[in-house]
Amino acid sequence: MVEITVTDRGGQARPIEADTGMSLMEVIRNSGSDELLALCGGCCSCATCHVYVDPDSAGLLPAMSEDEDDLLDCSSHRDARSRLSCQVPVTGAMTGLCVTIAPEE
Amino acid sequence: MQHFDVLIVGAGHAGAQAGISLRQNGFAGSIAMIGDEPDPPYERPPLSKEYFKGEKSFERILIRPAAFWEERGITMLLGTCVESVDAGARIAVTASGETLLYGQLIWAAGGRPRRLACEGADLAGVHTVRTRADVDRMTGELPGVNRAVVIGGGYIGLEAAAALTSLAKQVVLLEALDRVLARVAGEALSRFYEGEHRAHGVDVRLGSTVDCIEGAGRVTGVRMKDGKVIPAEMVIVGIGIIPAVEPLIAAGAAGGNGVAVDAQCRTSLPDVFAIGDCALHSNRFADDMPIRLESVQNANDQATLVAKTIVGQDLTYEAVPWFWSNQYDLKLQTVGISSGHDATVVRGDPVTRSFSVVYLRAGRVIALDCVNAVKDYVQGRALVLGQVEADPVALADTTRPLKDLSGVERAQGVT
Repeated sequence: MVEITVTDRGGQARPIEADTGMSLMEVIRNSGSDELLALCGGCCSCATCHVYVDPDSAGLLPAMSEDEDDLLDCSSHRDARSRLSCQVPVTGAMTGLCVTIAPEE
Repeated sequence: MQHFDVLIVGAGHAGAQAGISLRQNGFAGSIAMIGDEPDPPYERPPLSKEYFKGEKSFERILIRPAAFWEERGITMLLGTCVESVDAGARIAVTASGETLLYGQLIWAAGGRPRRLACEGADLAGVHTVRTRADVDRMTGELPGVNRAVVIGGGYIGLEAAAALTSLAKQVVLLEALDRVLARVAGEALSRFYEGEHRAHGVDVRLGSTVDCIEGAGRVTGVRMKDGKVIPAEMVIVGIGIIPAVEPLIAAGAAGGNGVAVDAQCRTSLPDVFAIGDCALHSNRFADDMPIRLESVQNANDQATLVAKTIVGQDLTYEAVPWFWSNQYDLKLQTVGISSGHDATVVRGDPVTRSFSVVYLRAGRVIALDCVNAVKDYVQGRALVLGQVEADPVALADTTRPLKDLSGVERAQGVT
């Protein structure tokens, strides 16, 4: 378990306990978020689990695959902090990770 | 009698999203969701893929954790279904005999897998793929299965064949028409997937008509019209679904193949909406023809639309259809609806296992099927949204990104 902070679209930040071995998408969804659609269930086929990762935490994440990079272009809200949360496995090193759910498309 | 301000019938993708979206949009009334399965809402696409192969546990495919629904004040009535509706009295009666009063009804009951009509269709070992229970039965039998026959070359059949092959089973895939994916894709895509399945060891037989399923109690084989018998310990039938709308039709709702809905997903019955696989709607991406769309995208977007309509927003359903299918290491993504196309352009060489098929009607792009070509899928979306008139030669030119063919730039003369 690691503690990460998730900020919703309303700006409300809350800590969640994240299971390592799950994806960031799964732990956000399982924490009861209404906002993360994650329609393809985590197989990198849509872009509905888009989050912004705090630049201070970005070094904790794996590099982005070409597919993830391309899919993020679906979003009109993409910026340098953008990731698809289904492509980010939660690891023990991620304590303190801060993410924000990207705006609705 | 229990009363709910909103009664959601169906606990699949559409029903679940309707409940989530109502609360997310501030709906404070009472909500109940009725599901005929014992489990809370879960994702169905993994049933023919990761869940079947044992790569994902059931908990990991839940749409939300089981406790979520109660936390949101949504009463879950699981293990039952609605058998009749009296729209005038706003009453739904369940199979377990409960009479429920509702303010507004959201019908999201999906469909039941179509079954074979032939002899032997009910033998043990003959399966459909729609529910967790279906797949749990299949996986329970897998240790005793060496040879499997998949009947139907649609997405479910092809995904099941791919999963069985990865589990080291011998698979024969039977398709009645002369190509797989005949109802949903163009020939280039069909031939590519036939080749891929054959290369992975699947015995793909086209133009194959089943006579009956053989076996005494349990399946032993599939007898074809030509008299030949294909031995098998398991048969998977993927020949489509029948929309579950009988109670609404009996209550007087317009429809037939599904229940007819307008641009806000309202049925012809007062205060009754229908969404998801069973909703027969005019789709602007299908030339405004009435269609049913069996996809997570459609379930989700119609559910969200109805939730927002109920809280007072004025919206029209015009979401762009998209879909995905994973088989082996092939990621297929589609956008738009290809039926009704009068021309296709193959972009890229299928031999490279990364290419797209672009569908046109009257010179305008209406859909793309993209295989291991995420960039085309993302950029092609704008072409479908704008039904952009595009030059087939330019579409086929992989050195030109699809985004450079967008309508705006054409209008400005940039191309």
